[in-house]
Amino acid sequence: MLEKALQGSRKYWTWIFFLLLIVGNGFINYLYQFKHGLGITGMSRDVSWGLYIGQFTFLVGVAASAVMLVIPHYLHDFKKFGKIVILGEFLAVAAVTMCVTFIFVDLGQPMRVLNVILHPTPNSILFWDAVVLNGYLGLNIVIGWMTLSADRKGIKPPAWVKPLIYVSIPWAFSIHTVTAFLYAGLPGRHFWLSAIMAARFLASAFAGGPALLIILSLIVRKLTKFDPGKEPIQAVGKIVTYAMIANVFLLGLEFFTAFYSQIPGEMNSFKYLYVGFEGHDKLVPLMWTSSILAIVSLPLLIVPSWRKKEGVLATACVALFISLWIDKGFGLVIGGFVPNPFEGVTEYWPTLREASIALGVWALGFLVLTLLYKIAITVREQTAGIEIEH
Amino acid sequence: MSMNRRQFLKIAGMSTVLGLGGVPVINLLKGDKSEASHVFVNEKALTAKRWGMAIDVSKFRTDDDYKKVIHACNSIHNIPDFGNSKDQIKWIWTDTYEHTFPTQPNEFIEESVKEKPFVLLCNHCENPPCVRVCPTKATFKRKDGIVMMDQHRCIGCRFCMAACPFGARSFNYKDPRLGLKPEDENTQYPTRTIGVVEKCTFCAERLSKGLIPACVEASQQIAKDAGTEAAMYFGDLDDPSSDVRKVLAGRYSIRRKPELGTGPSVFYIIGGDKNA
Ligand code: SF4
Ligand code: SF4
Repeated sequence: MLEKALQGSRKYWTWIFFLLLIVGNGFINYLYQFKHGLGITGMSRDVSWGLYIGQFTFLVGVAASAVMLVIPHYLHDFKKFGKIVILGEFLAVAAVTMCVTFIFVDLGQPMRVLNVILHPTPNSILFWDAVVLNGYLGLNIVIGWMTLSADRKGIKPPAWVKPLIYVSIPWAFSIHTVTAFLYAGLPGRHFWLSAIMAARFLASAFAGGPALLIILSLIVRKLTKFDPGKEPIQAVGKIVTYAMIANVFLLGLEFFTAFYSQIPGEMNSFKYLYVGFEGHDKLVPLMWTSSILAIVSLPLLIVPSWRKKEGVLATACVALFISLWIDKGFGLVIGGFVPNPFEGVTEYWPTLREASIALGVWALGFLVLTLLYKIAITVREQTAGIEIEH
Repeated sequence: MSMNRRQFLKIAGMSTVLGLGGVPVINLLKGDKSEASHVFVNEKALTAKRWGMAIDVSKFRTDDDYKKVIHACNSIHNIPDFGNSKDQIKWIWTDTYEHTFPTQPNEFIEESVKEKPFVLLCNHCENPPCVRVCPTKATFKRKDGIVMMDQHRCIGCRFCMAACPFGARSFNYKDPRLGLKPEDENTQYPTRTIGVVEKCTFCAERLSKGLIPACVEASQQIAKDAGTEAAMYFGDLDDPSSDVRKVLAGRYSIRRKPELGTGPSVFYIIGGDKNA
């Protein structure tokens, strides 16, 4: 099936080369970072994680969200998802690829990355995160590939794939729960030290990931002969709506606890992010952009007659995706480090090189996504009209 | 090999103490499987069940006193200076009362305490979160309570920096040798490499030679020269007759963020004199 990724229109190849260009640019900048160290980024002694880890965290959510298609399809026998479930699984593969790459570019000594396996340390959440992420990557590659090649031949996938699919469901929850635990168990980082962190992570993931999937489905329909179908897109739209409501609700809970208890440590990071703290307010415009986009997206999603219009749904999804990307891919990580353990403020802003590297990683993810989608769509185009067996 | 056996053992022993993996090297070369403790122990080495420190900032008289204490550490440990706070490496430094004890604000606190700089360093916590989160065991706790680093194993993920509630850890954002003048380098102590985390080690390398930490030694020297009481004490917290326990028994002391349960082994003596 791989050869399907190698046959494409002029437009397809232009897109591929465009992505390769950005990947290349990121790679050159990474080589510079590799030589000169992470000092070329905006990170500091006080804000020791930045854009890379933020993007990693956000993308784990995107990866986990594939489960929102797998559950209805396989557990509730919701046949309409038959065609797009593969888009979710391949999106997960691309997202985890980006996650792993973001972790790698964030390491100070990347050549030693295998130490995590050579000296396994079960008390470290990062160890478990590496385990569950790589497991999830493997699961989705195998499941996606096996079901797709079976579809192509018009047969059922081998029987052993089913148990893997069932395993992948709790596994998807685990990757994002474990990622939340990276933050939620650290003493002295009030902003992260919250029991509902994992719940918030899952809620935002199940809003942001499927929103991206809707956008991708609409693009796929425009550009190819493969139509993921109106109904599945509407069904995913409902998932996005419920998850986003849950997400905003959970964020509200955090605000209540912080500001009603009036405990300074609980309030300070929120203050820094939304109104500025002791005159430092670099992130305030960004966080308000995120909030406004979230507020705009909610009614568009909630009112059924609006959501049913695909144009409105797409607008809402774009707004929501950007909102969550800012909130989780940036604010969440930086907010945990400001103020620092001495109640002082060191601000963070990524450097151009750092942003280029991050962009390169995204381009790499989209490259993987494009190739996988190309394969999946070609198969779907060829089998159009045939019932899917799994 | 050009070095003789004695030199070799000295280096191997030292790197073991520093956690640089000397034991496997020795085992490999000697071909035996002896325990680490059988390999090389300096009989003068200072030992304890749980090392700890007490700091009485009221005994620092001038800015110069602070500088001397900090310089004692910086100079022997090859701490680079990049002249900016972003890339800064700090093992021991000073800050205000409010920043040192942010969870214990007190606007009416005695002027002398309010104005006085406090000396900060790694607390060598009894229950250290930095050790808990490290995915490679590059940060580990020794039997004597010292929280130690193996900079040859560290992957530079900086999880430990997020986990330390005391801002005690520094990351080598730049090649540390670039921030070190060659003439200032102490060739008896390793310089670090780019991309790893580091922090105070309670001078583990000195303890193994029978010497107390450099900062405490400097502070006691200052006191001796001026004929006053020392500002810093070091000893075994498990031993009631140790220096540190004796000062703690007679004076009121506090620790940084004790509510987090990390169990800091660095104590700050606040106000009042002996038997006050
Ligand atoms: S002060 Fe920080 S670095 Fe030192 S032992 Fe405690 S948690 Fe670890
Ligand atoms: S930066 Fe090094 S010492 Fe710190 S947690 Fe990572 S591997 Fe361990």
